[in-house]
Amino acid sequence: MAKVKCALIGSGNIGTDLIYKLKRSDVLEPVWMVGIDPASEGLARARDMGLKTTAEGVDGLAPHVAADGVQIAFDATSAYVHAENSRKLNALGVMMVDLTPAAIGPLCVPPVNLRQHTAKLEMNVNMISCAGQATIPIVYAVSRIQPVDYAEIVASLASKSVGPGTRANLDEFTYTTSNAICVVGGARTGKALAIINPAEPPMIMRNTIYCLTDDEPDAARIGESIRAMIGEVQKYVPGYKLVNGPIFDGKRVAVFLEVAGLGDYLPRYAGNLDIMTAAATRTAEMFAEEILSGAIRPQATEAA
Amino acid sequence: MSEHYVLNGRKIVLHDMTLRDGMHAKREQISVDQMVAIATALDDAGVPLLQVTHGAGLGGNSLQHGRALHSNEDYISAVASRMKQARVSVLLIPGLGTMKELQSAYDCGARAVHCATHCTEADTAPQHIAYARKLGMDTAGFLMMAHLNSPKGIAEQGKLMESYGANVVYVTDSAGYMLPEDVKARVGALRDALKPETEIGFHGHHNLGLAIANSQTAIEFGATRIDASLAGLGAGAGNAPLEVFAAVCDRMGIVTGADLFKLMDAAEDLVLPMMDHLVRVDRSSLTLGFAGVYSTFLLHAKRAAERFGVPARDILVELGRKKMIGGQEDMIEDTAMTMAKERGLAVEEQATG
Repeated sequence: MAKVKCALIGSGNIGTDLIYKLKRSDVLEPVWMVGIDPASEGLARARDMGLKTTAEGVDGLAPHVAADGVQIAFDATSAYVHAENSRKLNALGVMMVDLTPAAIGPLCVPPVNLRQHTAKLEMNVNMISCAGQATIPIVYAVSRIQPVDYAEIVASLASKSVGPGTRANLDEFTYTTSNAICVVGGARTGKALAIINPAEPPMIMRNTIYCLTDDEPDAARIGESIRAMIGEVQKYVPGYKLVNGPIFDGKRVAVFLEVAGLGDYLPRYAGNLDIMTAAATRTAEMFAEEILSGAIRPQATEAA
Repeated sequence: MSEHYVLNGRKIVLHDMTLRDGMHAKREQISVDQMVAIATALDDAGVPLLQVTHGAGLGGNSLQHGRALHSNEDYISAVASRMKQARVSVLLIPGLGTMKELQSAYDCGARAVHCATHCTEADTAPQHIAYARKLGMDTAGFLMMAHLNSPKGIAEQGKLMESYGANVVYVTDSAGYMLPEDVKARVGALRDALKPETEIGFHGHHNLGLAIANSQTAIEFGATRIDASLAGLGAGAGNAPLEVFAAVCDRMGIVTGADLFKLMDAAEDLVLPMMDHLVRVDRSSLTLGFAGVYSTFLLHAKRAAERFGVPARDILVELGRKKMIGGQEDMIEDTAMTMAKERGLAVEEQATG
């Protein structure tokens, strides 16, 4: 069966983990990895896994897009360079799945709103952040039952699973995730907290979600909604697990989750890496299915 | 009378924590009027720096860390506008607080900042430290839970913070776990590694009754900034009690510039009467110091103990075993629930009362 050809931009943890995910896909095929450092381990690993590579950034990929039939690109670089990467590749008709906190395209959390985006043929969708992917489904699961005035999420990440890009730009993570809690999660206001824990052996990613509902929470319906949502996320992240809760304290709903990864590139503790790459892969697959069926055809867009 | 003490004549800078770390001990419920009264007394007593924010710093107002009576901006503005000589500082923990909040604090009159990271994660603060320096703030890199990194590791992390622009690097004994020997090794390693003009600070907690002795040791090995709070008001068994520390400094001939009797009066007349519980070494705070647990976890663990029926001491020991660090307050409730289930206790979905 034909597959949609993909390029990975950024040769760090996320880009490398994506190679594993895409290689398992029925509809996606990773063909290029783009880096900026010829000596990077990530590029060497990609070559070993059969991908073409360039250390010249997106400009090194652009001349090959048409000949190699690249239709989808995943950007795992940084918020600062994403806009330029997206502009260049959109102009060549390549759809962008953005894994940086740049968030220039619509925000996507697969079990919440992916179908809306595929229906509209977005040329750039943003995956928010690992914490956003892990927690926003739960915020939405509460807000679809009754109005949520405020949602707050706390993500604890193993130090070894957090790359230099995220570390140096924690504020972008905070802003993007806080905003998405409202825009996608449906809370009126939102706040995101991140903690990086260096414990050995590394701790599995943990997420806590607090929601403040306008009225007394309907415990039975909210519990049912949350459990159903966890089932949806488990379809693409099997290690997504409820540890405690939901518990109710006045208008506060609290849910305590653990996210174990598949252990593709980084070990299983790095659920943060996995949920991001798995969500991006699922997103790209939905687009790819539409492309392969002929329902949508990515078009070159004029540079904005 | 102090001529024969080795630290005689040494000059240090006192940094008051009553109105920041003390917020933890007050469950973030200090009023603006109380803050102004205490800050004014500290200013009058000659304390040059005093920290004013939510206990968890900028961005701290949250369900995770509790909601303060007022916004950080309200507290900072009210205090800063009334200071004659003292400068107001803030706490900023990247991942919780942001540069936008730092700018806002600066606009309200804050002129110094503790940029805090866990003791192995200094590289989460480069933007914030650089931003603070750009604003012209006195900028400290604040390495929390410093007992969880080796002296060599602390020196490496301190050098990173220095490279981002920090003009002070702190050894922060968040768990009140360190012994004077531990302080000596870490402060000494920093002093050897950092530029001569980069100052070293020490922030102690009194969970093992050692905050004063540890602060003195820090000075002996090169620290010039010491955090302390009136009557020790702070997380766990509190910080180094400022008035006690000032008295010890006087005896040793260490120059602080502060008026000891005024500090004593402020501690006794202003801070002691507003304590919700006596801040002291008790069974739970001693457990923090003994097990190396983040001091702020104390009151959260007591609340979880009440709700889920697992003793606070057991919860704290388990948190220490799981190597939970500052900021993971959600894991206290989570751990208490898991322990309750393991012990066959019923975990009620709904809180009562």
